[in-house]
Amino acid sequence: MSRPGNRRPEYHKIDWHLPAISSSASAHSMNRDLFVLTYGALVAQLCKDYEKDEDVNNYLDKMGYGIGIRLVEDFLARSCVKKCHSYSEIADLIAQVAFKMYLGITPSVTRNESSRNEFSLILDKNPLVEFVEELPAGRSSLCYCNLLCGVIRGALEMIHLTADVTFLQDRLKGDKVTEIGITFLKKLEEKKYRRKK
Amino acid sequence: MPAMADETLFQLLHTQVVAAAYGAGRGSGDEGLRAGLTVLEGMGFRVGQGLAERLPQGALAFREELDTIKFLCRDLWGAVFGKQTDNLRTNHQGTYILQDNNFPFLTQMAWGQQYLEEAPKFLAFTCGLLRGTLSSLGIESSVTASVTSLPACKFQVVIQKA
Repeated sequence: MSRPGNRRPEYHKIDWHLPAISSSASAHSMNRDLFVLTYGALVAQLCKDYEKDEDVNNYLDKMGYGIGIRLVEDFLARSCVKKCHSYSEIADLIAQVAFKMYLGITPSVTRNESSRNEFSLILDKNPLVEFVEELPAGRSSLCYCNLLCGVIRGALEMIHLTADVTFLQDRLKGDKVTEIGITFLKKLEEKKYRRKK
Repeated sequence: MPAMADETLFQLLHTQVVAAAYGAGRGSGDEGLRAGLTVLEGMGFRVGQGLAERLPQGALAFREELDTIKFLCRDLWGAVFGKQTDNLRTNHQGTYILQDNNFPFLTQMAWGQQYLEEAPKFLAFTCGLLRGTLSSLGIESSVTASVTSLPACKFQVVIQKA
């Protein structure tokens, strides 16, 4: 901070005891807007920095991973969830507790009938795209919300589950719904889990 | 819509935003550091503008400059960090100093003099955020930040008189 050398301005402390809850703006709505807008600014910057959509998508996934591996600690501490014993329990937990806690939405979970370790999260609403009308021009393969995939992948990895997480459908690309696919790659060793219980 | 995205998640996102600002070939040497700061400040500015534009109409009807600054200390800080600034000072001539004794973006950093030079990276976004919010509320300003001892910092807002 630079100040004029010879004259040191006098600063008066203002007495500003204010009511804890503001009447002028809803803190919650501002908090949500802040996150969504910041995410938007981040994607816009990445689009400036990287020409290929694929690079932006990869970068978003990487960033999400970085968030997920740290967020999982916060999640476990605050949610007090019990140990899961099946992939479908985990998928339900992600949808009903984690999404609810951090994004305020509850996606529905569907399971691929032919496989025990493939699940889909169907998002009716996606707060991250609240202010996004359509993908920017010339960015048709941009996966705008790819950060979410990285977050889920990172969080799962920290609890020793390897998973592939990708967008299967995206409303921004004209699909009817937004769908995130989770494929668990390692089999849960049920015996081990029982012993640890 | 219900609440979402609490402070923890936002802090993690901010860390990634800082990393992105120093990616893509920026970030080496003094010039790189400045380029990254400009990117961060610009992102903060746009977010601040967007935030202010989305405020309910009544919130914009501040009568005095000081009320607007108080709004930043209370509501904006509340939304971003879940608390208020610790102190607000002014010279009553258009300069305001917002002090935060425990600035969340700095608390994850290691404490020590040698890390002080890293600090601007974690302040630039917020500088832009303040400037952008004020700009949408009809006040042009310049905002700078300074750290004397981590994790306390001060944001100096200088209002530009028309």
